[in-house]
Amino acid sequence: MKQIKAKLNLDNSIILEARKSASKIAYKMQNFIDSYTTVTVERTVCRILGIDGVNDFGVPLPNVVVNNIQKGSGLGLGAAIFIGNAMIHTSLSPQKIAEQIADKKLEITKLPMHDLFEIKLKIDSVSKEMLEKIKETKKTRENFLAKYGDKEGPLLYVIVATGNIYEDVTQAVAAAKQGADVIAVIRTTGQSLLDYVPYGATTEGFGGTYATQENFRIIRNALDDVGEELGRYIRLVNYCSGLCMPEIAAMGAFERLDFMLNDALYGILFRDINMKRTMIDQYFSRMINAYAGIIINTGEDNYLTTSDAFEEADTVLASQFINEQLALLAGLKEEQMGLGHAFEMDPSIKNGFLYELAQAQMAREVFPNAPLKYMPPTKFITGNIFKGHIQDALFNIVTIMTNQRICLLGMLTEAIHTPFMQDRALSIENAKYIFNNLEDLGDEISFKPDGIIETRAKEVLSDAAKLLKEIENKGLFKSLSEGIFAGIKRPIDGGKGLDGVVAKDRKYYNPIMELMKKGLGLEEN
Amino acid sequence: MGGGLYSSGKKFFDKTLDLSKIKPYGDTMNDGQVQLSFTLPIQDGDKAIEVARQYVEKMGFNDPTVVYHAPLDQNFTFFVIYGRSTIEIDYNSVNVEVIEGKIMSMKETDDFIKKKIKRKIVVLGATTGTDAHTVGIDAIMNPKGYMGHYGLERYEMIEAYNLGAQVLNEDFISKAKELKADALLVSQTVTQKQVHIHNLTELVEMLEAEGIRDKILLIVGGPRITNDLAKELGYDAGFGSGKYADDVATFIAQEIYMTK
Repeated sequence: MKQIKAKLNLDNSIILEARKSASKIAYKMQNFIDSYTTVTVERTVCRILGIDGVNDFGVPLPNVVVNNIQKGSGLGLGAAIFIGNAMIHTSLSPQKIAEQIADKKLEITKLPMHDLFEIKLKIDSVSKEMLEKIKETKKTRENFLAKYGDKEGPLLYVIVATGNIYEDVTQAVAAAKQGADVIAVIRTTGQSLLDYVPYGATTEGFGGTYATQENFRIIRNALDDVGEELGRYIRLVNYCSGLCMPEIAAMGAFERLDFMLNDALYGILFRDINMKRTMIDQYFSRMINAYAGIIINTGEDNYLTTSDAFEEADTVLASQFINEQLALLAGLKEEQMGLGHAFEMDPSIKNGFLYELAQAQMAREVFPNAPLKYMPPTKFITGNIFKGHIQDALFNIVTIMTNQRICLLGMLTEAIHTPFMQDRALSIENAKYIFNNLEDLGDEISFKPDGIIETRAKEVLSDAAKLLKEIENKGLFKSLSEGIFAGIKRPIDGGKGLDGVVAKDRKYYNPIMELMKKGLGLEEN
Repeated sequence: MGGGLYSSGKKFFDKTLDLSKIKPYGDTMNDGQVQLSFTLPIQDGDKAIEVARQYVEKMGFNDPTVVYHAPLDQNFTFFVIYGRSTIEIDYNSVNVEVIEGKIMSMKETDDFIKKKIKRKIVVLGATTGTDAHTVGIDAIMNPKGYMGHYGLERYEMIEAYNLGAQVLNEDFISKAKELKADALLVSQTVTQKQVHIHNLTELVEMLEAEGIRDKILLIVGGPRITNDLAKELGYDAGFGSGKYADDVATFIAQEIYMTK
């Protein structure tokens, strides 16, 4: 990635201080996380062990298995021990065992327990086999990028959102031909609150399709085909958020998703999912993404659509620090952290462009190795599509001047409808024009010492460091309950999904997590 | 592309304004000029241009001019076309029910409530159903408001509660009963395949079943909502794009005063 010169004169000691606070916040949280598991973490183990499909009532088999273990009060041990035990007892595969449970032929917790050492040996060998598949998938991506080469500068990221995965393919293929580098398939509203992952292809979603393994496969194949035609690797994005974060990560790891929206706090703030549940789930989901070589995207842009982008700029930076430190603990490298921010200031602010430039440049300097994800204006895009196109152009200028890596293109028809094929084409044309025409502008320009831009960046950094210190003292849970981000207050034991949190037994075992930790070089606590 | 844009030929049409025969205005009264942009699922080329031109002619435009065309994919082509509309409309025959009266500022509304209603008004807002968009409800409710229009939470005489997104209709109603709400604001952004209609109708039906529909002012807002649609669905008012918190607050205060 193109390196950028530091030119805001930021005080390095304040950056270090902020990062130290965030690190302490993350470590403290990790102690909590390590003591618990959740229903979706265990369903993820099932999925990675090869359990897939649905029963006669459409209930996914990973849910069937985990429900059966929960009924037998065994979830504190982890699903793997019971599956391993059943494998020894029945000589069946995990999938067959799941089918037997679905057919009510097996009560998995009622089987006589074999020797724990033997069980682990059994389950470890299947786990290793399955993780090999994830490694191969990662290798496939690396091979594609080696074969086609990867572009420098901002990646052009567009969404498709027809609600029909096959129509999405048509739109995605056209977008790739027009120059898009990254395609996100918008997820249908409401999936985040489902405590299961739907199965099969979606043809009638509202405002998007379900994140299902079949949908992932369909769009992945289409992008590989058009990528081959174009001699470029087209990246695919979906959403590891909601009540099934790690399960979706696992599906993405097998189907070669490239980016995953995977914020540590988003579900708590914007979907009212219980904070304990989210923290535990985000950890495993991020570990899977780390292992699969997937770049995560964080969701700080959402703070700015709810709160004021000028006044709340420090909360964005503070949240980026927290997201970074939690991600490191899950094994993600800096190069895999698409930390999010957005161009969302009120366009009527005098010198607003300068403040946007300051924020973007600051993020670039504070997180020099992260492929930052920059979101376009949405909140102040009106039905005036002509002005909207100009707002998007200003956003594109900041993107290229500050070397943002993942550039989610704005649509002139934002706030009217999900993008038409022509809207996407106009957006891509806008971005290509500006990125080419202004390619080295950022390198040519330095900022006036103590000018508006430098001063603004310093203020935001210093406010963020103070905010992080406050969160460090209070703890993250308490801070969230007091509404520190986007003014949204969430009670510690409120929200959805708390009933899916289970304390780990002393003998708890998660072979996938253990093997991934080893593979990622994460030290034992 | 001769003829259209820079044509210096005489224009044979009446250039006086007649409200009973309104047409679009480009740069001359009654020239009927309209710009259109759309995509056809066909391959770009001379034939595509002619197909697009004829299509616009069939839509009722004279002298369509294809000023831009570009392929979006093998079998998709984007067009920008100008044409002169032949269709007229009688301005005087159109009836639109508008939410009447002058829009009051925040201070005027607060004073109005103090003097005429003499108590605080309780307003609950939420994005209901599976819709996860908070942009609309936040624009109306947040103290900061939107585009310089302060939100209801900033009003001294309005007790405003923003329940956020993905609120189930039953939860919305139980909260309304608990807080003794005077008005409910429902925001709907996702309108794809008419998903919002079902959800909006359900809320009305549930309020009726609870016997509290006539005790509560029911308002819906969203980019695709019109006042007419709202009325049709059994709401008291609907606010579409370009409407802000002061429009909503004025309506609520005056309605409550009138029905008191």
